[in-house]
Amino acid sequence: MSKTTKKVDEVVIRFAGDSGDGMQLTGGRFTETTAIVGNDLSTLPDFPAEIRAPAGSLAGVSAFQIKFSSRDIHTPGDAPDILVAMNPAALKAHQKEILPGGTIICNTNAFTPKNLKLAGYETNPLEDKTLDDHYTVYSVEMSKMVALACEDLGLTPKLVDRTKNFFALGLLFWIYDRPTQPTKDWLAIKFSKKPELVEANVRAMDAGYNYGETTEIFTTRYTVDKASLPPGTYRNVVGNYALSMGLAAAAEKSKLQLFYGGYPITPASDILHTLSAWKHLGIKTFQAEDEIAGITAVLGAAFTGSLGVTATSGPGISLKGESMGLAVMAELPLVIINVQRGGPSTGLPTKTEQSDLLQAMYGRNGEAPMPVLASSTPGDCFYAAYEACRIAIKYMTPVMLLTDGYLANGSEPWQVPNIDDLESIDVKFADKSSVVDGQFMPYLRNKKTLARPWAIPGMKDLEHRIGGIEKEDVTGNVNYEPDNHHHMVKTRAKKVESIADELGKSEIFGNKNGDLLILSWGGTRGACRSAVEALRAKKKKVSHLHIRWINPLPKDLAEILIKFKNVLMPEINSGQLSKIIRAEFLVDVKGLNLVRGKPISSADIQQAANSLIG
Amino acid sequence: MSEAKVKKTYTKQDFTSDQAVRWCPGCGDYAILAQTQKVFPDLGVDKENLVFISGIGCSSRFPYYMDTYGFHTIHGRAPAIASGVKLANPDLSVWVVTGDGDGLSIGGNHTIHLLRRNLDINVMLFNNRIYGLTKGQYSPTSEVGKVTKSTPMGSLDRPFNPLTLALGAGATFVSRTIDKETKHLQEMIKKSHVHKGTSFMEIYQNCNIFNDGAFSSLTDKETKSDTVLWLENNSPMVFGAEKNKGIRLDGNVPKVVKIGDKWSIDDILVHDESDYVIASLLSNMTYNEDFPDPIGVLYAIEDTTYEDMMVNQIKEATKKKAKGTIQDIINAGDTWVVK
Repeated sequence: MSKTTKKVDEVVIRFAGDSGDGMQLTGGRFTETTAIVGNDLSTLPDFPAEIRAPAGSLAGVSAFQIKFSSRDIHTPGDAPDILVAMNPAALKAHQKEILPGGTIICNTNAFTPKNLKLAGYETNPLEDKTLDDHYTVYSVEMSKMVALACEDLGLTPKLVDRTKNFFALGLLFWIYDRPTQPTKDWLAIKFSKKPELVEANVRAMDAGYNYGETTEIFTTRYTVDKASLPPGTYRNVVGNYALSMGLAAAAEKSKLQLFYGGYPITPASDILHTLSAWKHLGIKTFQAEDEIAGITAVLGAAFTGSLGVTATSGPGISLKGESMGLAVMAELPLVIINVQRGGPSTGLPTKTEQSDLLQAMYGRNGEAPMPVLASSTPGDCFYAAYEACRIAIKYMTPVMLLTDGYLANGSEPWQVPNIDDLESIDVKFADKSSVVDGQFMPYLRNKKTLARPWAIPGMKDLEHRIGGIEKEDVTGNVNYEPDNHHHMVKTRAKKVESIADELGKSEIFGNKNGDLLILSWGGTRGACRSAVEALRAKKKKVSHLHIRWINPLPKDLAEILIKFKNVLMPEINSGQLSKIIRAEFLVDVKGLNLVRGKPISSADIQQAANSLIG
Repeated sequence: MSEAKVKKTYTKQDFTSDQAVRWCPGCGDYAILAQTQKVFPDLGVDKENLVFISGIGCSSRFPYYMDTYGFHTIHGRAPAIASGVKLANPDLSVWVVTGDGDGLSIGGNHTIHLLRRNLDINVMLFNNRIYGLTKGQYSPTSEVGKVTKSTPMGSLDRPFNPLTLALGAGATFVSRTIDKETKHLQEMIKKSHVHKGTSFMEIYQNCNIFNDGAFSSLTDKETKSDTVLWLENNSPMVFGAEKNKGIRLDGNVPKVVKIGDKWSIDDILVHDESDYVIASLLSNMTYNEDFPDPIGVLYAIEDTTYEDMMVNQIKEATKKKAKGTIQDIINAGDTWVVK
């Protein structure tokens, strides 16, 4: 039987299996290969908080979704076209999200009575025909086939069975016409000390690929053309990694020592891991005893002239609040990254949310304004981190950068930047010009930016004391006078507001007026853009504005908002930025607030838009 | 920071800032400040390389009065902030000023972690066994049954013994002194400075407003010879006005004995600052009416500092991979070109 090849524009695949089945790794390899092939792509890892929930249970299901396309895409897709389910629990957890007509590939060998019971199936769905009315189901004996492929390697059955994810990967590589060689090269490096594992995984992958090629079960292969991205060199990049590179780039451009302090927390830990591996760049990393020590050590380093950075997630931000207040008071440059996750309390550690925006804005005692910005895609995390560092140094202020679990673990093709092209970061430490009558004046401000001079221990004749008690402006002496306090409160606020002067004009996607403006911030950017593209294709008068800086907000926002009959703001929270915008601009912003621990889909947004403007 | 580089000869005045000192009249903090300012010219460190970090509490106002770099931070966090200062620039001489509440209660975690890491930071912990700044609540070093505003029927918690805690946390230098013992205080400051690694110095400090006389038995002329055991390295642990009392080990239990009839000076335990067991025995004499209070250096050993190891790892990584640039990392990995 001959095989046919069909060209498609985009595909959404979801790999799902037990936590121990290696789904994140499988998804990662498929992603890297898809990047090399030249498609645009976007990914969404989705894993449980438990490291190893009981095998075969619903709680232990780990999934990885990838959308890839020949076009410029903005999201990891809503519903998958194809689900790879390595066991009954994976099928049970994800089946309802596959559109009718979709494809399911299952590892039949894992559909044992025990696993079926664990997943809550009374009968085997692969045998009772309940799926067949809606989906194309392929039952593949993956475990059996990897056992056959590896039988002469002398490995334990358990070890061999762990290669079944590579069988699935090989099969998907065949279906979507992707090369296996890059993964073979990767395996050779990954298991360089265990050649038998390289061999077993290669055999499993080849078995999967050949299974697609030779059996008559799969009749169609699909190809997806290269995406027409702007010219340049590309690589695939994951959000937390891009962010780490942005920090290191800022350190290099500013010629400051990067000092990173933090405490492990999901989903921010990878920033600590990544920077710790870059000691050859001269980066200092410090795994502190707790979240508070993480930020306070960084504050000490900032006092001493380093570029101080800490990253955490919501619970950690709660603990760091007082220290951020001190950074506001001491007017020291500091970058605080919140990789947001579901809250409150421990909440949903591995799931995404945008619910810490008000905490970022107001989560400190007293009037403690801080610049806040948010990155919008995995690759944008690089630029947002760089920008946060630049502003922190220029204005001598702590800056809060918001990302989220989706951006942190998601990936996309990324045009490799040349760091020479990035805006410069000029550091001017204090000198004698800040000395009056023999005394250094730690709060003698730059007239334009209101930044105070940065004098660091080791600098002669600039010895001075700062602290958390209210300062007299200019001298920095302890001061409890009512008028001075009022003046300092206003000055600290004005300093943050003045950043808006350099932010430039907002870029609207679509017309400058119309029936509906969809406003986004952070990780919902892609879904909003996709929705607006779809709505505009249907001749709807809809535009999209993405807000990068939340504090200060863009200066031209008021004049943009009033040109639209409706404003819709999708957020993965109960309406936090819309609350601020309503308060600031007296505009009746409508919220689309879905707080489910996962990205809002383009379909959700289109539906909300249609219900507003019909 | 070799001493040869110091050109200037400092006086006490050089370390005195222009800020009016605002502790209560009669506070033990005055004496500690005065001795610090007096002894600092002898340390041989350029003024610009000295940094004082404090948390919150009466003692934590200290940095404002020293004409060096100083940072008055938040409650309990001084050890962590100081760690950042030292790691950012290991050439600085970094001093933490804290109290029994700041360093052992709200900031206890940072204190023990600083000690176990052994950064070359000098900790001066003013212990007055009371909360002064918040007006008189009991502290983690207050004796059981302490009647204060927050414990009208007496406090229930057993006190921390700061020296035992420091030893348990892996401190490499543990000492104790008293605010009124000016010469000894100066000597302990110098020894803290010379020690490479975290120096933990507990300073008994009298709060004359909320806990007056907490250490009077150790400072009153009539009693102090019997209540204080002055530690000298390699010397027998003798005390008393007649120097006729000493600490003798009975098996592994320390006992106070009289030198003369039954026991001679040769039976008395000889202090050895490098002996952890002796340091532990000494630290446990604290808050114990059967024993004099040991004052001086209990423990001092040499060990690698955290910052040296951190710098070495960076050197090693740079040697192995050569000094990298972020552009190399950005360009690395699987890339493809879109034309």
